[in-house]
Amino acid sequence: MNTTPLLHMSAISKSFPGVKALDRVDFTVQPGEIMALLGENGAGKSTLMRILDGVFTPDSGQIFWRGQPVQIRSPQDAKNLGISMIHQELALVPYLDVAKNIYLGREPAGLLPGTIDWTTLYEQAHQQLARLDLDVDPRTPVRDLPLAQQQMVEVAKALSLSAQLIVMDEPTSSLSNAEVAVLFRTMRALKEQGVSIVFISHRLNEIFAIADRVTVLRDGSLVGSEPLQGMTADALIRMMVGRELGETNQRPAGEDVQSQRQPILEVRNLSRAGILHDINFTLYEGEILGVAGLVGAGRTELAETIFSVHPPTQGDILLRGQKLRLRRPADAIRAGIALVTEDRKGQGLFLRMEVGANISVRILHQLARFGLIRWRDSQHLAQEYVDKLGVRTPSVRQKVRNLSGGNQQKVVIAKWLTLKPQVLILDEPTRGIDVGAKGEIHRLMRELASQGVGILMISSELPEVLGVSDRVLVMRGGRVVAEMNPRLATQDDIMRAATGAKTS
Amino acid sequence: MSLSLSRLFRRSTVFIFLLVLVVFFSLTTNRFLVGQNLTNILVQNSHVILTAVGMTLVMLSGGIDLSVGSVAALCGALSAGLVARNGLPAEIAIVLGLVAGFGLGLVNGGLVVYGKLPPFVATLSMLGVARGLTLAYTNSRPISNLGDAYNFWGRGDVLGVPMPLIVWVTVVVLMTYLLSQTRFGLYVYAIGGSEETARLASVPVNRVKMVTYGLSGTLAALAGVLLTARVYSAQPQAAVGLELQAITAAVLGGVSLFGGVGNIPTAVFGALLVGVLGNGMNHLRVASYPQQIIQGVVLVLAVAIDMATQRIGGHKSKRGSSS
Repeated sequence: MNTTPLLHMSAISKSFPGVKALDRVDFTVQPGEIMALLGENGAGKSTLMRILDGVFTPDSGQIFWRGQPVQIRSPQDAKNLGISMIHQELALVPYLDVAKNIYLGREPAGLLPGTIDWTTLYEQAHQQLARLDLDVDPRTPVRDLPLAQQQMVEVAKALSLSAQLIVMDEPTSSLSNAEVAVLFRTMRALKEQGVSIVFISHRLNEIFAIADRVTVLRDGSLVGSEPLQGMTADALIRMMVGRELGETNQRPAGEDVQSQRQPILEVRNLSRAGILHDINFTLYEGEILGVAGLVGAGRTELAETIFSVHPPTQGDILLRGQKLRLRRPADAIRAGIALVTEDRKGQGLFLRMEVGANISVRILHQLARFGLIRWRDSQHLAQEYVDKLGVRTPSVRQKVRNLSGGNQQKVVIAKWLTLKPQVLILDEPTRGIDVGAKGEIHRLMRELASQGVGILMISSELPEVLGVSDRVLVMRGGRVVAEMNPRLATQDDIMRAATGAKTS
Repeated sequence: MSLSLSRLFRRSTVFIFLLVLVVFFSLTTNRFLVGQNLTNILVQNSHVILTAVGMTLVMLSGGIDLSVGSVAALCGALSAGLVARNGLPAEIAIVLGLVAGFGLGLVNGGLVVYGKLPPFVATLSMLGVARGLTLAYTNSRPISNLGDAYNFWGRGDVLGVPMPLIVWVTVVVLMTYLLSQTRFGLYVYAIGGSEETARLASVPVNRVKMVTYGLSGTLAALAGVLLTARVYSAQPQAAVGLELQAITAAVLGGVSLFGGVGNIPTAVFGALLVGVLGNGMNHLRVASYPQQIIQGVVLVLAVAIDMATQRIGGHKSKRGSSS
């Protein structure tokens, strides 16, 4: 190519304590090009984009804008160059109208000092909207618009800043098909006008539909930048996943779990309006059932629905053949269902309290006499679980926040085990936990399963899903789209099901 | 459709309430619907209206100012003292009182913006400090002998229109203009709606917030001066609980406790509602303790309605529902 690229990020590296987020990544965007940016969670996409937006400073590497080296130290710098970010969380003031949102901070001045020339403001806003072919009254409060049009307002705002490069972070994740079509039309129109777009999405079919080229990141490294013409979905998935399956396969060999054991949890036609659609599956005694899928596929929502954080709009949950009437989490807990949430620190622990108190908090009524807690019993009990689970802590009096992530997770699990649950749901059980502790958590899960507990494990890490589960469900768009045998399935298979890519 | 309905309801709640009260008091007492009494309501509630306007500014930007009652008392006493003890001309003393109010407001703003204190805590502290300073400055005794020039602001009239009425109408017109026509006004709404977005749009968030607190302090001081002039003396315990009335007025007038929604004219009607309620209950010879209870209940009702309409209307904005 003999044109100067609009943007060239060269050998960008960035480390955070303990993690190398980006390792000498190159990223180039040509004028008038739609570049897709693809990678698993944690591959480094958002870090790269934050560096481009001036939120993070790279440890090393250089950014060239129209061939000139530039320093981007703040989002303001990025904006001045002509780079606009459209985040999933839209940066709009919901109560203000469209025109005010587009020109916030840059209002045309009126005759008197400090006043605003409203006529010009609304006229200019009208022109920007027309440029996007958007039939919206600029006086409509933004909150009254559907989400897709709110995004368009952001695009209009970017254009009014004469943006040359617009980064869209998963703009389609909450749009309907019709709305996606509208967005794509706008993106093509922008391309015609010479504006470049970085399009971040997990949906391969969308990438094939709209983008010119794709850049794939994996584990903080660049896998490659390729034109999409002539590329197959399979090839793209291989670029994303890279490695072949299974390093830590701990499954006992040659056992067909389903046929021998009793069903413990049955989910029948479970739906939650707009979120979950007709979900059916059975969890067997002593089984680890993995749930894979992309962010937003409805996995956490499924866990929360079974745990009765939100009531289903339809469907039944059966425990050992008995239909459960669950109205709130307390009902689920009483029935023997436990949920280890994704948000360990916020929802699972009292960080400023001791290990002992955290473990025994669920069964305080058993530990109390005349309303007074018998702390010695509580500590004995906690000590028992600390030993059993191998929590590394100097004593049960230690404050939980002083423990490592892996040990904190064990404390959360211990807390639930005091209730002797029959079904244990784990949402991203090893997120942010170092490799050693990860293995221990996996062993612990295996041990609980061998005692007959049914385990539902939600995980975004494919090696974990394949290595630990007895069976894997794949979710996409609030539905269970596939069931797989981890001994036969590959990471590619799961990714293909999770992204909805067509098999070639 | 339900959206615009809920918004319409939200905007007109205060008028409906006000109308109901006026009709009720007109029917139950024969001294309510009398010209002189209605004028009294407009004059006697000047201080509530002025502080409600300031409160609206602060609340729209997402804050709250609990110090207005104490600041009113302190600045009223200060201006009175400057006249009675130091012999300054009334006009100069009053201006100095207003400057003091502006300064106290800026202290509030500074604690919130630069000290990163929650507005509730910062202004609650000021409520205590300013009241303490008032008691110290007055030696816990009223300051009187303020002279005609001072008392004119509370008791005088121009062409038959009482001064307090002239003052607050002027303030309301100016502040409404400021809020609806200027950059500053737009920024107040933007900050209250989404401070992060405003910051990203390079809105001078800190300066705007400082000014809202400064204006609230100034208007509280003005309220204190009018109150002092109307009773011919500065009382050490003047305007106790005024912050409660101002917040009630603003919330009744549809100003959201979460910021970003509301306007000054309806907040003024909220203040009048509070005034009519008090005046009517006086005519019905309701004792003062039950009156406070009823005012408290009205505030709870107003907030409950605010939260309910927020919920109905807020389902489309992602941000609003997350807490």
